[in-house]
Order: sequence, then structure tokens, then C-alpha cells
Amino acid sequence: MAVAGAERRLTGFLRARPRAGLVATITAPLAWLVVVYLGSLAMLVVSAFYKLDEFTGKSNGQFSFENITVVVTKGVYRSLMLRSVLVATAVTVLCLVIALPVALYISRLASKWAKRGMIVALLLPLWSGYLVKVYALRAVFAPGSDFGSGGFLNGTFGWSPGFGYVAVVLTLVYLWFPYMLLPMYAGLERLPNSLLDASSDLGAGSLRTFRSVIMPMLVPSIAAGSIFTFSLSLGDYITVRVVGGTAQMIGNIIERVLLAPNQPLAAAFTLWPVGIMLAYLALMARLGAFENL
Amino acid sequence: MKVSRSAFWSLRLVTYGVIGLMYLPLVIILVLSFNASSSISWPPKSFTTKWWATIIDVASAREALTTSVKLAMIAVLIAIVLGTLLAFALQRFDFYGKNAVSFLAVLPIALPGIVTGVAMRNAFVRLGLDLGLLSVVAGHATFCIVIAYNNVAARLRRMASNVREASADLGASGWQTFRYVTWPLMRGAVVSGGILAFALSFDEVVVTTFTAGAGVETLPQWILNNFSRPNVLPYVTVVATLVMAISLPLAWFAQRLSDGGESKAGR
Repeated sequence: MAVAGAERRLTGFLRARPRAGLVATITAPLAWLVVVYLGSLAMLVVSAFYKLDEFTGKSNGQFSFENITVVVTKGVYRSLMLRSVLVATAVTVLCLVIALPVALYISRLASKWAKRGMIVALLLPLWSGYLVKVYALRAVFAPGSDFGSGGFLNGTFGWSPGFGYVAVVLTLVYLWFPYMLLPMYAGLERLPNSLLDASSDLGAGSLRTFRSVIMPMLVPSIAAGSIFTFSLSLGDYITVRVVGGTAQMIGNIIERVLLAPNQPLAAAFTLWPVGIMLAYLALMARLGAFENL
Repeated sequence: MKVSRSAFWSLRLVTYGVIGLMYLPLVIILVLSFNASSSISWPPKSFTTKWWATIIDVASAREALTTSVKLAMIAVLIAIVLGTLLAFALQRFDFYGKNAVSFLAVLPIALPGIVTGVAMRNAFVRLGLDLGLLSVVAGHATFCIVIAYNNVAARLRRMASNVREASADLGASGWQTFRYVTWPLMRGAVVSGGILAFALSFDEVVVTTFTAGAGVETLPQWILNNFSRPNVLPYVTVVATLVMAISLPLAWFAQRLSDGGESKAGR
């Protein structure tokens, strides 16, 4: 049969040239990632060095450091950037603090069937929709007013932090906490029991075991989880818009400038989160995050 | 692990507390979708089913749903093909720059969505391409590749190589081994990767906002554009509840699929 013959020839061809299989599989995805994604990022960097023509509202093709200078040196923007990093850091630390006891309990103390149920219960909300959750938290944090009793917190307890940075941080923790929990749980699951037994045989109490055995082995998992909690918080502007009140983060200014429209300046602003994230990724890679992604 | 009684109970309390807090806002949204007044004031004073009864008449929400589904389907199709190919390339071959390629695949979800969004919008505009549904598809496919890739790569990693060797020993050609051995074992991972990517695309709003042209409105954008309009607000809670009702079982199903396949994949 012709088909079988062609097939046999193809098999023989691939066996003789193992590289051909690699080329056949990697070309399309690599081309997409390099052309569509890296290409866009490269153009973003280039765009940041163009100047906007005041009259046409388009970049005039002249090379200029003006945008970069503005976003790096202007005090307002620097403090905005710093604030965004602080929010992202606070979210990451809070996620870590909350995820640790939960991951410990589920992986090491819960009964086998409860374990499965709890993991599913904690993962499901991840898929319930980003905006659904942000919007739900708006209904939780809404402050009371003359016209109404406010959201859930104010209506039930008579107190709410209202809209602002506190609400932003808490909402982001609510949104991204599972991304910290999952790698942590996976890391704890991989930890052999014998290690913990050895530690207690050598006379370590549970706190000492936690500090000297569990924590050091969890570092790569925490680093992996923190990439998501940090990155997703750093660039968020919708949460800030919905529950932030007058709060502002880097994403808000990028959006405003982009739709102004001042594309080159927006591109220059975007280099901030790109730079910060690349530095963060490099740092986390040293902690072993990429073996756990 | 041995811990004291009090430590055990406090860990247990924290865990149950966190699970409870995860669901509380979702329950609040569900309750608010039956709120007779069109505000988010708590507690609701009276209840009605009229928002649920009339949601089908909200044409803008219907169109947004259609757009979202269409967009997610095309993006996921691209992502599945590219992600699966990439998984094969990285799992079955060793080559120079392998780590760089897998890093590149993760980058679209490791960098904030706003970076991807602004970069792609900028690229499209500068190249003189129109922003429309296709530009959104390109954006979504880019960050969905890694989801499909992760699922398939994990399955290929766990797949014992001896089943392929056995197939070759029995005289199967490379294609036959793929068709009758590898594919049936990885099918579940491809489908579950596709479902997860669909959920991610269906939910995405940042890249969408920046790459969408005028006239393209997805369901998340519809929610975002309408939550501050008092007369549409109750419908937002209904749509939000519907989104949950659709995505939660899907996620559960995807999870089952990828778990179920693991046992069959050997080792």
C-alpha cells in the first residue's frame, strides 16, 4: 500500500535523522512565541524610545530618551512604582503566611479523604472567575453611606476598611493565594516522612523540625508560588479600580496613558514592571523556583 | 508529623477558616443576584427572581457570551496544537537552549498581563494591523500555550518509556506507536489542558481590554463595563453566578481527567 510505504519511509527518515523530529515539533510553537510574543516585547522596548508628536498624536519616528527620563526620574512616578512593589510584596508575604499553615495541615495532618476534598475545595474558586471575585469583594468591602448599610462587612459587623489600599491588598490575597498554596502543598507532599522521623529521633521538637528541616526544603516551592502572587499583583489595575477608591498603582497609569493615547509613554511605563519582574524572576531562579513551576 | 494537640487544632481551625473565607464572597454574590433592590447593600431587604427570569433578554450580555466562547475556542485550538508540539519537543529531545525555550513558554504568564497586553497592542498598532477579534485571539493563544504545554509535558514525563519500546519491538512504526500507544495515553492531558486554557481565556480581561478593537466585548469586559451602572448591576451578579455555575464543574471535570489519566499512563 502506498500509504504504508510512505509511512515506513517517514519512520526510516526520522530514525536516521533524530533532529528532524525536533525540527518538526518545535518550529511552529517556537516561531509563535518568538515572533508574536518576543517580537511584541522587543517592539515595546523600541517604542519607549520614540517621541509623541503633539499634533498628530502619533509617534514621529524621532529617537528620544524623553519618555524613559520621565518615568525614571519623576518623583510622582517613582513613588507610584514603589507603592506597587510594596503592595505586591505585602500580598506575597500575606499569601505565604496564610498558605503555610493550610498546606501543612492538608499535607501532613489531614486524613486521606479529607485531604483530597480540601484540595478540590481550595482549587475550585480559582476557576470561578477573576472579575466575579473582585466584584464579590467589592460587595464585601463597600463602606456604609447615608443611602445604605454598605457591603457585607459594614452591614454585618458595622465596620469595613472601605475602599483603599487595605481592600486592594486583601482582595489580591484572596485572588492569588491558591497560587502560593499549590506549589507549597506539592513541596510538602514530596517531603519524605523518614526525614521528619529522623529529625524527631535526633531530639528535635516540632518547631525545630519545622525550622531546620521543612522550611529549607520548602524554599523552592515558595519561590515558585511567589512569582505568581508577586507578578499578578504588581500589574493589576482592575482590582485597584474596583475596590481601591482613590488608590493608584502602576497598572492604572499605564492604562490611562495608553488610552490618552500616548503609546510611547505607556511603553516606557511598562518597562518598569518588565524590569522588576525580570529581576524578581532571576532572584527566584537562584532559589530554585524553576524546578517547581 | 507529630505536633501537639493545641498546634493540631489551631492548624485545623486556620485551614477550615480559610476554606470558609474562600467561599463567603461567592455566596454573597449568589445571594445578591436575588436582591430586589439594585444595590450591593448588605443585608438585602427583599428578594426577587426577576433578574434571573429576564437575564436572557439582556442582548448585550448574550452577545458578550457568544464573543467569549468564540474567542476562547479559537485561542484554545491554537494553544493546544502549539502547546502539545512544544511538549513533545522539550520532553523527547535534548538540544542547546532547551531551558531558554521552556522559560520563554512560561514568560507570558510570569509577566503581568498588562505587559503582554500593552506590548501586543503596541505591536499591532505599529504594524498597521487592525485591533479586532483576531488580535485578541493572538493574545489569548499566547498565554494559553503554557497551560496546554504544562499538562501534556507532565503526562509525557510520567509516561513510562517501556510502553513505546514494547510497541517498537512488536514492529510498530513510529506513527503506529503514536497512534495506538502514546496518543491514547496522553489524550486526557490534552483535553484537560484544553479545558483549563478555555477557562483561563474565558476569564481573562486585561490582555483582552488592550488588544480588543471597538465592538469586541467579551463577558468579563461586559461585567467590567456594567458593574457601575445601577440599572444593569443586578444582572452583573446574575452573570457572575452563571460564570461560576459553568466554570466550577468544568474545572472539576478537567481535574478528574488529568488525575484519571495518571494511573493509566503507567509507572
